[in-house]
Parts: sequence; structure tokens; C-alpha cells
Amino acid sequence: MTTLKVNGHDHEIDADPDTPLLYVLRDELKLNAAKFGCGLGQCGACTVIVDGKAVLSCVTPLLLLKGKAVTTLEGLGTIEKPAPIQRAFTEEQAAQCGYCIAGMMMRAQALLQRNPKPTDDQIRGELQINLCRCGTHMRILRAVHRAAHLMDTAELTTNNQGGAQ
Amino acid sequence: MNGPANLDRRQVLSGGGALIVSFSLSEAFAEEGAAAVPKPPGSLATSPYLDSWIRIDADGGITVFTGKAELGQGFKTAFQQIAAEELDVPFASLKVITADTSLTADEGYTSGSQSTQYSGTAIQNAAAQVRELLVAEAARRLDLPAESLRTQDGAVIAQDGRRLGYGELVVGDMLHVQAQPKSKLKSPSTYKVVGQSIPRVDIPAKVTGGAAYVQDMRLPGMVHARIVRPPSYGAQLTECDTSAVEKLPGFVKVVRDGNFLAVVARKEFQAIKAMKALSAAAKWKEKPTLPKQDDLLRVLTSLKSNDTTIFRASDPSAVGQKTVEATYTRPYQAHGSIGPSCAIAQLNDGAMTVWTHTQGVYPDRQGIAEMLKVPLENVRLIHVEGSGCYGHNGADDVAADAAVIARALPGIPVRVQWMREQEHAWEPFGPAMVTRLKASLDGDGRIADWNFDVWTNTHSMRPGGAGSMLAAQHKAEPFAVPAPKPIPLPAGGGDRNAIPIYKFPNAKVVHHFIPAMPVRVSAMRALGAYHNVFSIESFMTELAELAGEDSVEFRLKHLEDKRGREVIEKAAKEFGWQKGQKAPADRGYGFAFARYKSLAAYCAIASEVEVNRETGRARLVRAVAAVDSGQVVNPDGLINQVEGAIIQSTSWTLYEAVTFDDTRITSTDWQTYPILRFDAVPDKVDVHIINRPGLPFLGSGETGQGPAAASVANAVANATGKRLRDLPLTRKKIKDAIDA
Amino acid sequence: MAQSHKSFLGRMTRSRIFAGAAIAALVGGAVAAFAVTWRPAIEFVEPPAPQSFDPALVKRGRDLAAMGNCSDCHTVKGGKDFAGGLPVPTPFGAVYSSNITPDPETGIGRWSEAAFRRAMRAGVDRAGHHLYPTFPYDHFTNVTDEDDRALYAFLMTRRAVRAPAHANDLAFPFNQRFVVAGWKLLFLKGGTYKADGAQSAEWNRGAYLVEGLAHCGACHTPRNALGAEKPSASFSGADVDNWHAYAINAQSPSPLPWTTEALFHYLRYGWDSDHGVARGPMAEVAANLSSVPESDVRAIAVYMTSVFGPPPQATRADLKSPSARSTPADDPGALIYQAACATCHEAGSPLPYSGINLRLSTALSAPEPRNAANVILGGIRPVGGERSPIMPGFANSMTDEQIAALLNYLRGRFSTKAAWSGIEQIVRDARRTDTVSLQSAPGSSTTSGVSTQREKP
Repeated sequence: MTTLKVNGHDHEIDADPDTPLLYVLRDELKLNAAKFGCGLGQCGACTVIVDGKAVLSCVTPLLLLKGKAVTTLEGLGTIEKPAPIQRAFTEEQAAQCGYCIAGMMMRAQALLQRNPKPTDDQIRGELQINLCRCGTHMRILRAVHRAAHLMDTAELTTNNQGGAQ
Repeated sequence: MNGPANLDRRQVLSGGGALIVSFSLSEAFAEEGAAAVPKPPGSLATSPYLDSWIRIDADGGITVFTGKAELGQGFKTAFQQIAAEELDVPFASLKVITADTSLTADEGYTSGSQSTQYSGTAIQNAAAQVRELLVAEAARRLDLPAESLRTQDGAVIAQDGRRLGYGELVVGDMLHVQAQPKSKLKSPSTYKVVGQSIPRVDIPAKVTGGAAYVQDMRLPGMVHARIVRPPSYGAQLTECDTSAVEKLPGFVKVVRDGNFLAVVARKEFQAIKAMKALSAAAKWKEKPTLPKQDDLLRVLTSLKSNDTTIFRASDPSAVGQKTVEATYTRPYQAHGSIGPSCAIAQLNDGAMTVWTHTQGVYPDRQGIAEMLKVPLENVRLIHVEGSGCYGHNGADDVAADAAVIARALPGIPVRVQWMREQEHAWEPFGPAMVTRLKASLDGDGRIADWNFDVWTNTHSMRPGGAGSMLAAQHKAEPFAVPAPKPIPLPAGGGDRNAIPIYKFPNAKVVHHFIPAMPVRVSAMRALGAYHNVFSIESFMTELAELAGEDSVEFRLKHLEDKRGREVIEKAAKEFGWQKGQKAPADRGYGFAFARYKSLAAYCAIASEVEVNRETGRARLVRAVAAVDSGQVVNPDGLINQVEGAIIQSTSWTLYEAVTFDDTRITSTDWQTYPILRFDAVPDKVDVHIINRPGLPFLGSGETGQGPAAASVANAVANATGKRLRDLPLTRKKIKDAIDA
Repeated sequence: MAQSHKSFLGRMTRSRIFAGAAIAALVGGAVAAFAVTWRPAIEFVEPPAPQSFDPALVKRGRDLAAMGNCSDCHTVKGGKDFAGGLPVPTPFGAVYSSNITPDPETGIGRWSEAAFRRAMRAGVDRAGHHLYPTFPYDHFTNVTDEDDRALYAFLMTRRAVRAPAHANDLAFPFNQRFVVAGWKLLFLKGGTYKADGAQSAEWNRGAYLVEGLAHCGACHTPRNALGAEKPSASFSGADVDNWHAYAINAQSPSPLPWTTEALFHYLRYGWDSDHGVARGPMAEVAANLSSVPESDVRAIAVYMTSVFGPPPQATRADLKSPSARSTPADDPGALIYQAACATCHEAGSPLPYSGINLRLSTALSAPEPRNAANVILGGIRPVGGERSPIMPGFANSMTDEQIAALLNYLRGRFSTKAAWSGIEQIVRDARRTDTVSLQSAPGSSTTSGVSTQREKP
């Protein structure tokens, strides 16, 4: 058994230490946002945040995460109380099939947490790892800019308690 | 596929005035003009009973049924809008249920941009007719003329204020009537919901980690399976010692049937480890079956083909003076769904249920029933969203995989998730194509003569028929791959959009249909239209240049279709297209236009591309599109689709080709099959809609693919002065052309 | 020069002799220094019309520029080609690359061919100023006049970009250009490359390219305190741009020898099945070499084979398998390797699209763990639109401690060399710098600039 802190809560995980975080989140903790896209670290659909930084959960085994804090999309907000990034993506309708979006949002969130006023170039550079096949890129960029604006004008309330298991 | 309504459901839903769903299980595709009686519009022609589409509960709750599947195009929202409009109920009060062989009409595949045209139209008319029936019933009860009544917020209201809710009005089988050929539709000028950019109903869950995809389903007792696919087409499993795998933690079962090999475990990661171990233990005998990847032009034009002249026009008085020829090629290209295909199946008391993101629950169900050798009614397929599929990807195959494994574990839900490499190697690809064009210009710079030849495989190998699915092909007693058939015109398959929309005095279009399929192929977004429009629109610009004319003017000179002309003019105007314009250094402008399938949405795209002369790297900088899709249901949804089409098509056009050696597919992940990333995303994409209130819905999901390709290619040619005709237009090809 | 003379000395005091000597030396030195430092300006010319150059010559120049990797230093990622502005770190501060587009005001548009040749040959610009040897004219001096002509034709037909030079960031006295004169006196050997009659034409071609345009030694040869390559340590390895350029002579740490075929393949395609994928600054070098005549790449490989010297008779079978030094089963590095690395690195799939079998890794046999740390932290980024290897970086998921443990384990398991020391500090240093590419500007997109190619034709 390993203890893993996810979205502010400690969880007892019954999984082998070499289990990638992606499967811990999805199969043990029943969280949906982080997705299996390739399992190879090539597409970013599995992106979550660990200790404030964006991480590809499909190539991050459980044993690396001792004492670290994991944040998933569920930990940022809920439908009733969305985080700025969730509001922004909804307002911009920045999704077609939506499969890549959770990963995009987490990578963008990590960027905004360390650089609240990114340039368009910086956002593009940051999201280079994340693939979108539907071609929603323009909206994703607009949504990240919008999220930066929302975070800037409103009081930041990262909801670590809400929505998670 | 004929049968009565499901009796179990009748028992469940009886009483309280709820409607019982039933539907006519007629053929999936109606024969045009076969009946003497005029048919009701859209999919009502094949599923005419109103309660196949609309259910109203005693408490007034309304459910809308569609046989189509939400693929991420947002039409679940669009259909909700349509129904809400015609029924006069608040948008949020409706629920939409999508493709389910036990619940919804058989609408074949969600493909070909037909959903709004057929299903949306059916829902629109069904809803309108249901409303009329409700009003008629209210008139009867209130003893008032129907014309004096109005509907609002889910109730029929009399002038004196008396109000009867829909739930109260519905009685017995009132809605189990066949639709009339004509409906009293709302006037577009009164639209409250249709034509509005209503936010999509599925996005909130997707941005907050709600369960939204088949990949998110978790059923009690569910186990995880992984397939060990053969390393190449036709590979034979010669030995497989499963003893080591059986000892792995969480091991449940190995399923083996001929060349079909799978392993099941309790937890997902355990299944992955077991798959790797099983894969290492499996020995295969392979044989080289694949053609030369670099020689597709010769390969395709020398395979045996069935040649059909699909269009001919003749006017001997029009004589050409200057003749030009060009050949364009397209490689095999992959759907490249971000989420590899996934399905869950469970066998309970002889009834197999499969949750799948197939585009066709009915045909896939038929294939699975055939494969399992069980009666059709014992198999139920329920559509649950997957990631964007853009056509026939691995969805149907994985549904069959899940069914085979679930049969070996009765009572237990089995989840099969394909790996990235499996999706890349085994999905049916968009077929490679060759087009040869020849045209001549007369003395006035008009096209006098037009010849178009297209060589292509079929663009649809979808199930029905078990033989379309890998599990059935790989088992010890395999099902043969069905003979490929061309999709009939006017929609067409490989010849989709081969017949030009322009008016040429002399024209001949020939479709060379190639039955042999050395590489597995099927439908990919826009089908043949992608390459055919790429060819036609590249060639039109080449001809315009030869005639010394502006690209846009030249097209207008040959186009009579009024709506097409407007779309061209709109895109040109919004782009700032000027005759005699010159792009800035290292940049080029390109224009292209098409009407998808010659009967769906119109789309014109003007683009600006920059090309780095040192490296040959091309990037779309700016695209401006105009689209006419008839009556627009959800403008933002439409814009989203066309934006996406432009970016996706740009990726296909600049980067993508499936690679293979003589035995194996070698493009098996994102390293070896790169697609567009944020470094190449344009600065600006604008989509302008020409709304046509009241006109029929026109399919728009695929209308951007062809024009985007040609627009980009024309811009690259404009930037470099060199014309490239072999897709994809890679950096190296562009650099070599510049250096030459 | 003061002449010592018994009777003369007899009359002066020692200090006065020294004073006199010192003054004389100063004056003489000043004269000499002037003679050494001062270079005349070469008359500027009107920018030659691009059409005036023979296309074949321009093409030749393009190939030579690719071999010289001009764009690597003279183009900033996201900036315009050859417009300069890249800071090149030196022990003395940063030197910014110049604008070598044919812009008349801010580039070399007004340079005559003679001025260009002088820059290449002697490191002097048109106006007569000394150029810092960060521009490796100690190598380019080897280039023939003919090739200089082709390079000139190529550069003069590029797109002119207005981009004023960025001021260098050097401390006194290094920011005084005449200091360079002294450096040249000591370290610049003039003259074009002289062929070695005992060797084949191909070898000589390779030598000419390597010692000249390709300037391999500029990265791969260690430098003395004054920043000049040590001739006695040719190709013995050096640290450059936060990477270690391995020894590419007999001291090569590569587990398997560099045969001519391996070298050719690596330089031409960016990878070799016995050595892995080109990373760091070599990625761009290989990208450039993918477009030049194959015979030139082969020539370089032939010459370098001789530089490597007779190969040890090592084959894959000889490579270390189980570790000679046993690691405890719960060694944190071993666990990390098994969980995070083995899936790709023991997949047995063919290069370049899979993790290399680490027994073959030069990085793990290198004197320092810097390169290995760079790769673990930064991974291998996809090249837009090209088939290219992708490795995820672990900077955000592994701590310095974890990476250090991993490196320590990898060293022990996959190399025959002694354990590294100070690993964690090196990981810390690596983390601080952006090592993904030579040209890096924070947050820049790659709208232009170098793209790398991994295609096998």
C-alpha cells in the first residue's frame, strides 16, 4: 500500500510501485480527466500537475511520487464551482471531441501558475507536447488567454477540496 | 432486420400515459423514389413512426431519440435545439438519447456529414408533427378550434388561459403514428433556439472530469483485456506458450482463437504487463504483402480496376488551344484518433451488450451477431462517445474484440483498450489515391475541355458483415473480408467530388475503382473529396495562372451555382483578396472552393502560408473561410467544425503519410506519424457563415477538408513559385523544389 | 631594443636600465601591437545584385554553409535566418553572433568578397576590427578561396534582414578588440589546409572539411585559459553550451567503436543503431549534414575514423550485461529505471524511434553525467512535422535526488567505468539551463529557424 496525495486528500493506493500514475488515477481513484492517449509520453492527454508542475502521468510511476502532491482537473473545480481555466474553456467552447482537453487544461494551468501573463508564443511553446486531432487549437489558445485574464481580474480560488474523490 | 417492438420495454413503460418507443425495422437505406407515396423527410423515410423520435412521459419529460452518434461534432446539442424549437419547450427540458440498437431508429452510420441533414431533419419534422398532434388533442379536449391554441414551454394554451401540459395530453399510443410527408415547420423568423450558439451540453462534463467517454465507463466487476495483435497483415500465430503469463498477478484468462489472441486481467496495468509478456511469448510467421511505399503512383495505376465514366459533357463548338496535364497523388493517411479505440462488452444470460464508439451501432451489431453466430436480437450495441474518430477507425474492431472476449467470460463486463501502436497499425486508413487531370483553354482563357481520372480503392469497408472486423478475420475459422463496393453517386466514395461543380462545355470524369486492397482501408473524413478537391482546385489555380487570370475570378467565370458564387465572393472579400495582389516576402496566397459531395455544404477558403526558403518549412498563417450550410442550427458549432477541418486538413496536407515496408506498417505512433502541433498552428482562422433561414440543413462536418488542402497547396505554390502535387507537401519536398 | 654593453651599463644604475628597457619595450611593443592590431578597412561596395551570382555557385555555397553550420550560430530560434543575435557563452562573457544577411546597414551587404574572405581567413571585419574567435576563424582559415567565393555568393543571395548587432557582454579587458590581436598572434595559424599526400583524396577532403568549415574541434577540443584549442589535445572532448562534446579520438568513451559506416550514418541521418540518436547541438549538425552531398559526409566519416584511431575489437556481444558491481534489489535507482525507463529502453524496437539499449549509451560512459542528466531532464522534443524520436522529459516528475540515484545506477549497470561523483550537483546545474537546443530563446515559437530532419530516404 502506498499513500498518495491527490487533490488535497491522502489516498491509500493498492497498486504496484511501478504502476504509472495514469492508471492509479483512473483505475484506483476512478478519476476521469487524465486520459490514455498513447502511454508513451508523446501526446499529453494524460497531463496532470505534480507539485505545481505539469507531468505526463502515463510515464510517471507511482514510486516517484512519494511525498508529492498530485492535482488533477477534478481538483481544480466542479461544474457548479468551476476554476478560471474551466470557465474559460467552457466560455470559449474550446472542445470538439474533447478528449485532449483535460490534458491541455492541466498543462495550461501549470503554466499560468508560474507565469500569469504568458504571451501567445509562450502558450504555444508550452502546449507543444499536447496533441489535438480535431483542430481545436485556436480555441484552446483563446481559452488559455481568457483563463489568464480571469485569474488576473478575479481573486484566485483554487479549489483543492472540491470535486475530487 | 424486421420484428415487432420489444415486449419487455412495453411492460416497463406501460401505464401512466407514457409513450412506448417502437420503430420500423426497415432497411437502413431507403430507395429513392421506390415508393409511389411521397416519403416523409430525412430519416423519417426509413423510420416513420413519430415515437421512434420523440417520447413524452406523463410528467411532461421529453426524450429525443436519434440513431446518430455524437462524435464530438456537437450535434447532440444541435438536435436538442431543433426539437426544442419545434416542440416549443425550453432547451434544457429535453434529453437526447443517441444510437442504441434497443432504443433508437436505425440510421445506419453517423458519417458523410448526414446527421443534421437526415436525423436533424427527421427530428425537426417529427417534433413539428408531434406538436400538431398535441394541439389537436388539446383542441378536442377543450372543444376549441386548433387554430385558437398556441404552444409554449411544454404546454398547449388556450386564449382564455386554460393550459394543458404535454404530459397530460399524451395518451396511449397517440404518437405511434407514421409521419406525414409534410410538416408545419416553424418559420425561421420566429426561431428562438435554432440559429443560436447554444453552449454544448457535453462540454461541462468534459472540462471537469465527468464521465464522458466509453473509456470512462466502469461497470461492477469489470475486468481489463488487451489484444495481442499480429505484427502484420496475414501473420500466422505459430506458437504461444502462455504458462508464464498465467502466473502474472491479476491474471484472469487468455483468449485464443486462431490468430486472435488476447489476455484478461483484473487491473488495467496488470493487463498491460500481461499483454507484453504474452506478446513476447507469441511467435508469428509473417509474409511480405505490402506494396512499395514510394511507388504508389505506379502501384495504383497498374492494379486491376473497374473503370466507369461517371460524367460526360460534350460541346464540339468549344475548342481548346492550350492543353495542360497534371497528376496528383495522395498516400495512405491515418485517422489518428487521440484516444485509441475502446469498447466494453458483457454477456448476460445469452444477451450480449456492447458499449462502443462505433459510428454504426446497427451495422456493427449485425457484424458481431454474425461473427458470434447468434440471433440479432441477442446483441445490443449502445453508442458511448469515444475520442474523435474522423471516420472508420478501430472502433468497430474493438467492439468485436470485446464481444469475443466477453463471450469467454460470461456475466463479466470486459473492457478492451487498444494500445496506441495497435490503433496506428491496424486502423483502416484513408486510401491512397491518384488523379490525372487534363484540360484545355480556349482563346478567351476559358476551359473548353476537362478530363479527370481518379484511381482509388473503396472508401468504405465498414461492417455489416463480420468479415469487416479483425476479430472475425483472425479467428481459426475466419470470415472472409467482404468484397469492396463503391459507394453510389451522387455521394460517391473515391469519386466523391470527382465531378466538378464548374460548368465545362466538354468534360469526362472516369472513376477507376480498384478492388484489391493491399493496405487496409476504409472511410476517412471527406472520403475521396479530400484528394479530388485538392486536385481540382490545385489544377484550377494552375489553369488560372496559365490563362493569366486571378484565381477567384477564374473560378467565378466557370461557376453558375449561385450559392457557390456567394461563398467564393464572401471568402475572397473577408480575406482581402485582390486581383494582382502580391504576398509579402516568403509568403503566398491560395484559394479553393468546393461543395461537399456536390449536394452538401459549400465552403470556400482563402489562405496565407509562409515558407522558409532555407528549410522549406511551411506554416499556415491565416485562413479565411466562408460556408453555406443551409439553415444553421448552431453557428458556433458550425464554426468549430470548419475551423477544425481547416487545421486537420492542413496537417494531412503538409505532414501525413502512413509508412510501411514490405511486411509491416511502420508508422505506429506519434514519432513516426507526426501530426500538427502548436508550433505550426496558424495565427488566425476566421469562418464566415452565410445563413439560409428555412433552407434544408446541409452536412458541414467534412466540407472544409478538400478546400483547405488545395488552398494551402496553392499558397505554397504562390510563395515558392513551384507547384507540388504529391501529398503530403513535406518540408523536404518544398525545400527540394525551391533548391531545384 | 636596448643593447647591453659593459661600458654603457657601467655608467647606468640598474633601475634606470630597467626603466629604459621598459620604456623601449613599451614603445616597441606599442609599435608592434599597433602593427599587429591595426587592420585597414576594406572599401565598402554597393550590395551586389543577387542575380549577379551564378546559381550553381550559390548552390555550392548553400552546401558549404550547411557544413559550416553557419545558421546554428547566426540564427536565433524564432528569428530570421542569418540575422544573428545568438549569445554564445564563453568563459569571458557572452559574445553575440552578427548579422550576416546582405543588409547594407546592419549586415554584410556592403562587404566585398575580399572583405568576406579576410573575415574567414584572418578574423577581421570589413572595417578592420578584430572578430572574437567565437567565430571560429581558426578553422575557417583553412577554407579555400574558391569555397569562400561560393559562401559569399550564398550569403549575398539571402534575404536581407535589418537587425543591428547586439552588444557583447564581455568584461574588461576582453571587450577591447585589440586584445584579440594578441590571441591571434599566439593561436591563429594562417593558411589553407594542406593535403596529406600519403592519404586518399577522400580522406583529404574529409580533413579539409573537418579542420575547416565543419570546425568539429571548436566543440570537441578542450581549450586553454585564453580560450584557444589545445593542439596537443585535438578532439579530446570539451564542454560546450551545457553539453559535453565527447572525445572523438582514441579517448572516445563510446562503448562500441565508431566505424566509418556508423559515423556516416550518424552524421547523415542523425542516428546510428550502435550509438543512439544525435542530441543537443549535434542534432542540428546532423540536420544540416542531411542536405549536403553524401560524398562530403562520407569524406568526413573517413577522416574521423582515422582520428578515432584503430578501434578496439568490441562488438555488441562484448558489452556489459549483468552488472559487475551488484546493486541491492531495493536500490532506488534500479527501481526507478525499471519503472520509468525500461519499458522504452528495453523494448528492443529498432532505432531511432525507441529508447536505445543503454549498454550502447556513450552518455553513461562519459567522464561526467552532464549529457545524461540533460536528456533525462529534458527528454527529446518532437520536431514539428517530421518523423523524429520523442522521449518524455522527467524534470517535472523526478527530483534531483531521484535523478542522481538513477544516474548512479545506470552508470554502474551499463558502463564499465568508475562511479561518477558529484552527480546531484550536476543534475542541479543541468536543471537550471535550457539544454534542449543550441538556439533557444524563452518561449519562442519555431516559425522559422532550424528544423531537423530524421528521415531515412
